[in-house]
Amino acid sequence: MDASQIIFGLTALLIIFSALRVVTTRNMVHAALWLIVTLLGVTVLYALLQANFLAVVQVVVYVGAIAILFIFAIMLTRREMRDGGPQLNKGWPLAALISLAVFGGLLALLYNAPVSERLAASLEGQDTLGALGQALVSPDAYVLPFEVASVLLLAALIGAVYVALNKKQESDK
Amino acid sequence: MNFWTDPVNVAAEWLKDVFIGWGMTDPYATALVYLLGAFLLVALVMLLDVFLVWVERKVVARFQDRIGPNRVGPFGLIQPFADIIKLIIKEDITPAGADKVVYNLAPVLSLASVLLLWAILPLSALVYGVDLNVAVLYLVAAGALGTLAVIMAGWSSNNKYALLGAFRTVAQMISFEIPMVVVLLIPTILTGSMSLKTIVERQDIWYVVLTPLGFVIFLISAIAELGRAPFDLNEAESEIVAGFHIEYSGMKFGLFYAGELLHAFTFGGFMAVLFFGGYRFFGLEQIHPLVAVLILMVKALLGYWVIMWIKYTVPRIRIDHMLALNWKFLTPLAFALLVVTAVMHRLLGGTQPWVYALGLFLSNVVLLLAALEILRASARRQRRQEEAVLSAVAETAGH
Repeated sequence: MDASQIIFGLTALLIIFSALRVVTTRNMVHAALWLIVTLLGVTVLYALLQANFLAVVQVVVYVGAIAILFIFAIMLTRREMRDGGPQLNKGWPLAALISLAVFGGLLALLYNAPVSERLAASLEGQDTLGALGQALVSPDAYVLPFEVASVLLLAALIGAVYVALNKKQESDK
Repeated sequence: MNFWTDPVNVAAEWLKDVFIGWGMTDPYATALVYLLGAFLLVALVMLLDVFLVWVERKVVARFQDRIGPNRVGPFGLIQPFADIIKLIIKEDITPAGADKVVYNLAPVLSLASVLLLWAILPLSALVYGVDLNVAVLYLVAAGALGTLAVIMAGWSSNNKYALLGAFRTVAQMISFEIPMVVVLLIPTILTGSMSLKTIVERQDIWYVVLTPLGFVIFLISAIAELGRAPFDLNEAESEIVAGFHIEYSGMKFGLFYAGELLHAFTFGGFMAVLFFGGYRFFGLEQIHPLVAVLILMVKALLGYWVIMWIKYTVPRIRIDHMLALNWKFLTPLAFALLVVTAVMHRLLGGTQPWVYALGLFLSNVVLLLAALEILRASARRQRRQEEAVLSAVAETAGH
């Protein structure tokens, strides 16, 4: 067992534990903070796979923007930070059965998959970021999805501005 | 490779050999050496931080026409240690109703988010933590963790003022992150790489000459990210007492304070790396790697001094002005600058270096003049509208 496997094991345990805490803790802000721990754990996994760009973007986008907005929304909208209701509903046995079945299926699939002894080529020293940038704008690769996503985000931005503007005019009247 | 030309790496290799001699396998020895290296770097940076407390107090005193600490040791140099002893023996208070774990974790995370930045700061061509190919984004990611620390502190203190400070911080940091990220792309475009080491190596002409406007935008958004005056709304003493760290006492407050000082100094370092040639200074850096480290430190201190200069000169900005400045001025300007820089870089890429530099510099000046002219016109329009409303009111009152 080498160092990266130990790191992977510890990280995986941390991810599972914190993900469980997200759904079991009754304090809403704590749930959001545990979610951040989970997301940071995933960052470690990306870093282990030498996907530097993904790792850093994961922190910038998920921890820096989305999780902080979560906390912000919880703090602004909830008077009571504690969730008092029951944590399980009637459907829990069925949900447990389905998730166990999916877990078993994945496990079986992984066991029966042909095990490749060959390790993936190391990405160290390669310009992965440059390659990603080229792929995003080259017509042979991902230019269409990239542009579509950009237009979608732009539409959302304009929509947000429009909504905000309308409110202002009404309050002026 | 010998000890004189490359002391740090030779020492690391030697240490690794010692560990292997003790019967460790190679990967574990490497991991241990890296761990020790990180520990050493953090220890040195924290030592520097103690010294920064003295620098800050001395400089603010000069700005306010005082002498500053001058009783303990020569020039008051031992004053920070007296401060530390005072902080340690203070009563450690946890407010009633505070969320203990989060409350105690926040100052640690606050300082850690700053220390994380030192991993990517290239101190010299041979002395650096790691040469990441996404270092520029890493800078933003570490800033996000700092924001998180402030929110945790503000929320867990169970104090209205602390929570208000945290709210203001979120509004400020999320806004100023945008011009900062956009401006960070400008050295990236000019270099063609996000690695800070490559950015330094390609700066035969300092990027502050090629993109002075980019540097100014970076400086403003860095000060906002630091939460220092004139953007210190999150701790505005006259409005919300001390903001997010109101409930912290003793060394926990000390961690926030030390983190803030070190953050400012670190951003001085990043300004030096991104816009002032980093560890390079007209060939002086080739004498010895440690000379290069010294050059970077001097440049970082100068950047830190500029940040202090602004902090102790400019009064606090109002919150709506802060947001307007960001969304209506800095963000559009940063995007325009990005487009202009990209086009000019592409157009003048193959020409003489002086034509290239002059072209980029002039395009910056033209852009700034245009932006100021637009601002002036809109201010004039607003003033005219207000005057029209006032005269209309006066007319109806006269009838």
